[in-house]
Amino acid sequence: MNADYLELTNLTVSFDGFVAVDRVNMSVLPGDLRFLIGPNGAGKTTLIDAVSGLVPATGAARWAGENLVGRKVHRIARLGVGRTFQTATVFEELTVAQNLDIAAGARRGLLTLARRRTSLPEVVVKAMETIGLTDLADALAGTLSHGQKQWLEIGMVLVQDARLIMLDEPVAGMSAEEKDETGRLLQRIAADLTVVVVEHDMDFMRAFATSVTVLHAGKVLAEGSVAQVQADPRVQEVYLGPGEHSKAVAEAVLGEGA
Amino acid sequence: MNLKSFLTNRWAVAAGFAVAAVLLLVVAPALLSSFRLGLLGKYLCYAMVAVGIGLAWGRGGMLVLGQGVFFGLGAYIMAMHLKLADAPPSTGVPDFMALISSDGVPVWWEPFRSGVVTLIAIVVVPTAVAVLLGLATFRRRVRGAYFAILSQALAAAFAILLIGNPRSTGGSTGLNNFKGFFGFSLRDPANRMTLYVIAVVALLAMVAVARQLMVSRYGELLVACRDAEERVRFLGYDPAAIKTFAYAVAAVMAGVAGALFVPIVGIVSPNDVGIVPSIGLLIGVAIGGRTTLLGPVLGAIAVAWAETSLSERFPSGWTYAQGLLFMLVVAFLPGGLASLRPIVRGWRERLRPSHTADSAPVPSLSGSSR
Repeated sequence: MNADYLELTNLTVSFDGFVAVDRVNMSVLPGDLRFLIGPNGAGKTTLIDAVSGLVPATGAARWAGENLVGRKVHRIARLGVGRTFQTATVFEELTVAQNLDIAAGARRGLLTLARRRTSLPEVVVKAMETIGLTDLADALAGTLSHGQKQWLEIGMVLVQDARLIMLDEPVAGMSAEEKDETGRLLQRIAADLTVVVVEHDMDFMRAFATSVTVLHAGKVLAEGSVAQVQADPRVQEVYLGPGEHSKAVAEAVLGEGA
Repeated sequence: MNLKSFLTNRWAVAAGFAVAAVLLLVVAPALLSSFRLGLLGKYLCYAMVAVGIGLAWGRGGMLVLGQGVFFGLGAYIMAMHLKLADAPPSTGVPDFMALISSDGVPVWWEPFRSGVVTLIAIVVVPTAVAVLLGLATFRRRVRGAYFAILSQALAAAFAILLIGNPRSTGGSTGLNNFKGFFGFSLRDPANRMTLYVIAVVALLAMVAVARQLMVSRYGELLVACRDAEERVRFLGYDPAAIKTFAYAVAAVMAGVAGALFVPIVGIVSPNDVGIVPSIGLLIGVAIGGRTTLLGPVLGAIAVAWAETSLSERFPSGWTYAQGLLFMLVVAFLPGGLASLRPIVRGWRERLRPSHTADSAPVPSLSGSSR
């Protein structure tokens, strides 16, 4: 077992007195495909924002023996933490290969930067195969479909040598087939890495999650396997409580007969 | 990808530089009077600033509205040296200072008595200012319009500072009436020709540097920073450092341009470094095509040339023409004149009845690429 695990201790994020993430304790081990779910405003995205350094937090987020809280975004990234965004952010005016080459190059020296790219690094070639975009290597990223952009972003996180990968709603807006493909891709990746997925798509979560953490009002409500979480009465209450969610959503989370 | 093949094919690039060198070094001196050649030398100085603007703005997305500051730093450093060198050896005080007061030369002028210090300062001072300013603003994630306003305010402040200190900077008159250039008389046509050649070589060298930066991995990274800075940060880079480098390169180019402007034109005043000239330079770049390699150079030369020839005929008309041109480009050709080429090629292809194989590499193109 290596030390590549994420451990949050009393992680708290507050904006002007509003506590978005409230003393969250959570650990994610390598090989895990952890889904973060919860109603809107539960603090899911804020949580990964805090871990990746985008918003200031208190408490501790230990990753591979280092506390990430208080570090700068690019320093955290260099410790092997990668993330994607709800809206895929790729470099639209560069090609798929260039996008990945940049992602792979944060540790490059000045001399390498000053020269032209003559061949693609092996990790980039491998990543293009993994995300299935080899044929589109020379296409501008701006011409990709929505799903392909999400895959490209996942590929960029892979080549940047991230060992902790946090994805923010990777399948939002995807077709059913694209979702399936993304799910299988995530399962392949998660075999070696630590993967955290923020997701609203409950069918997707039930199909591919290894473990689930439910957030509610900034606090961890429940944690465990999909079945355990579904059976948890507190989760049922949050998802069935008055005005919180429609019956359809509740059924999606909790399974038929909820 | 015609532009790309042009940028990357070594032979085409070498041929392009050779053609430019022949045009500027052989054809232009043969055709133009020495007065017109002097004007062309001045335009080449603007073109040098434009190369830097193309890099910082076109590639890096930093709307640099105050390049006059760096141009002015280079120009005034050179001008101080020339004035000190021209000063009578008995007193060592430049003519304009002796007229105004008897206090002698300010302490901060003294280092520029040395030609070596002057040449080093022309590169080092703009670099230092740009690095300090760049890190201070980009670290705090100041960008877009805020950065543009900041850089413009700096140009205004610089001009006001110069005007406010007539005893040491010549005030609004500036520094002029230079007699020699590192021991060579500026009245001698042969020496003026040499200065022109130096300007041509400097411009070609800067274009070469800009080209290398554009095709290098750094160039790709700079474009990435322009289009999605946050993403670059999350990949483990420090965008502030990436942008500051391009900003500093642009500053050095402007500084060198200013230093050559002084002996070629024979005067530098706050009118050459304030807001108006800074924006004038930017307009040339916008019209030529800011994201391309040659667009800024050709745009800056064309605009400067048009300014001279139009204001010879219609003294007050130029300002309106310039404004109109800028509006037309912004409204109808955001990529500048350089973007006409792909458009024209598109028309030609559409007119041709049978497409020579739809060469689009991507079968599932959704949306349009610019």
